[in-house]
Amino acid sequence: MTLYRRFDAVDRGLHVALMASFLGLAVSGLPLLFAASAWASTLAHALGGFHMAGLLHRTSALLLIGVFAVHLARVGTRLVVDRDLGVLWGPSSMVPQPRDARDLIGHLKWFFGRGPRPRFDRYTYWEKFDYMAVFWGMGIIGGSGLMLWFPTVFARVVPGWLFNVATLIHGEEALLAVGFIFTIHFFNTHMRPEKFPMDPVIFTGRVSEEELREERPDEYDRLRAAGRLDQQAVGPAPDWILPAARVVAAVVLTIGFAVVAIIVVTLLTPIVLTFSGPIR
Amino acid sequence: MTGLPAEARTREGGCLTTGDRALRGLTMFSRFVLALAAAGLISTAAAAGQSAAPKPPANEDCLTCHSDADAKRADGRTIAVDAKRFEGSTHGPMACVDCHADLATLVEFPHADTLAKVACAACHDDIGSQYHDSIHAWAKEKAGLNVAPACADCHGRHDIAKKTDPASRVARANIPSTCGRCHDGIKKKYDAGVHGAALAKGDPRAPVCADCHTAHSIKRADTEAWRLSVTAECGSCHIESQRTFRDTFHGQVTSLGFVRVAACADCHGAHDIYRRSDARSTVSPARLVTTCGRCHADANAGFVQYDPHADRVNKALNPTLYYAGKFMNLLLLGVFAFFGIHTALWLRRAIVARREAGR
Repeated sequence: MTLYRRFDAVDRGLHVALMASFLGLAVSGLPLLFAASAWASTLAHALGGFHMAGLLHRTSALLLIGVFAVHLARVGTRLVVDRDLGVLWGPSSMVPQPRDARDLIGHLKWFFGRGPRPRFDRYTYWEKFDYMAVFWGMGIIGGSGLMLWFPTVFARVVPGWLFNVATLIHGEEALLAVGFIFTIHFFNTHMRPEKFPMDPVIFTGRVSEEELREERPDEYDRLRAAGRLDQQAVGPAPDWILPAARVVAAVVLTIGFAVVAIIVVTLLTPIVLTFSGPIR
Repeated sequence: MTGLPAEARTREGGCLTTGDRALRGLTMFSRFVLALAAAGLISTAAAAGQSAAPKPPANEDCLTCHSDADAKRADGRTIAVDAKRFEGSTHGPMACVDCHADLATLVEFPHADTLAKVACAACHDDIGSQYHDSIHAWAKEKAGLNVAPACADCHGRHDIAKKTDPASRVARANIPSTCGRCHDGIKKKYDAGVHGAALAKGDPRAPVCADCHTAHSIKRADTEAWRLSVTAECGSCHIESQRTFRDTFHGQVTSLGFVRVAACADCHGAHDIYRRSDARSTVSPARLVTTCGRCHADANAGFVQYDPHADRVNKALNPTLYYAGKFMNLLLLGVFAFFGIHTALWLRRAIVARREAGR
């Protein structure tokens, strides 16, 4: 079975660091957002209290900023040094293109059994959405987070009411990010029947020839037509990666689903109580 | 409430009951002699009766000596008890020896100058245990601070009135004065502030000392537990301020149970709270930079434009926050609605596709 490279070692490492920082930010930040709930106080104290939770949040934030910076540097290098305009447009670009709209419509048609499954290329529209959402999130959460981290510094240039707005969007955007990653992203990549219980590609960086042909036929055909398929072929991943990936994925998926369950219960409880009337 | 049998209270006290008023004018010495004689009669009568225990003295017996307004004990302190006031007090129906229990079995009078401490908690046991855990009890009993108050210092002794009695030391309107007998500095600040002014105007909602500090289980005001709980106390009247505070970082961290960040009193003050429009207020526009600067070292005029009680649903007061909130709501709703449906449809289709492939 031939394996093809999908993600290089740096990208895989960045994703692991991204996961670690994201989890750290989520568990240390969510208690604030749900401060009125008993579980939030328990979690905040379990993390070692206000000071430790803040330290974890800021450390994780620095790690995430580091991940973002390395990624930007790599994309920048491809663009500026390698003069690879494929970063900006075409099948190797994360930039949304007309093809993505067509793929979305085709995919929706396929959901209803009204057409064939779109012949996806290297990056699908939902993968681009995930990726762009991180960019948006870095700007929104990262920007507002830095403002709230160094309020007196920012107050020299921005009006104070912006901290109120920053607090609000930092929390809401965090809720969006956590909710999205722990449900939609988990499903799209790991939970759908073809992949369940996990797709190890982000850890191994490798896809089988069969997977590539089935899932991204346009990429497979494009590479083969260009005679570049063989360049992408790689040997098997080191033995330890897959078992390690399974453990990591199991832990992260468990934490993620637990967090979502807690959030959903917390958000729904007052609504249910409102409609069910007082408990007798 | 415990109490002696009614028989004990109405018991005839020998010759003494008849001569209560006639006794006025006698010397202390002769009164002692009479009292001794009475005690002797009582003990003789008790010994002659079936019960071996001496009958406790009735209030009238006690008043034989204690009704004299000028009566003093050896060290010069008055021993007078105003019978009228006592009878009008909430303990009026009770016998002296109900509280002064060590005298109930005494046969020799006059009794010693120093009596056993009255154990209010013998009846008021729940309040007694609250007091026992308080800073006042700690100061008095553990730290040996003699001026720290026990029951009688706030409630009085023979003239205890219910707190519903406007004349009571512990009636709402009188509480600041009662506490202020020791905490005079705080009382002055309180009187000057909005809460004290409201109380002076007769506003029944005005908080008094006991509303925040409790009456009996008073804790040190610098403990974490107390600082966290008192915020809810402010919020029991200032409901909107409490709600908007809870939406801010200060409120969130406080809710989680940490005191590192500001709660009500940290910005507004505790006893000398003034309106924002009052220049003396810590949150008056002119003083905000100083007040915020106590935690945020480099706070400047821009920094203090932050609204620590911003309300995301109040368009008039916080327009940018209002629209930011609306935008974020729409964004979350849009993303989750779209991808929720997308995922559900996909899951359904993927299961169908698998089943078809499996056939």
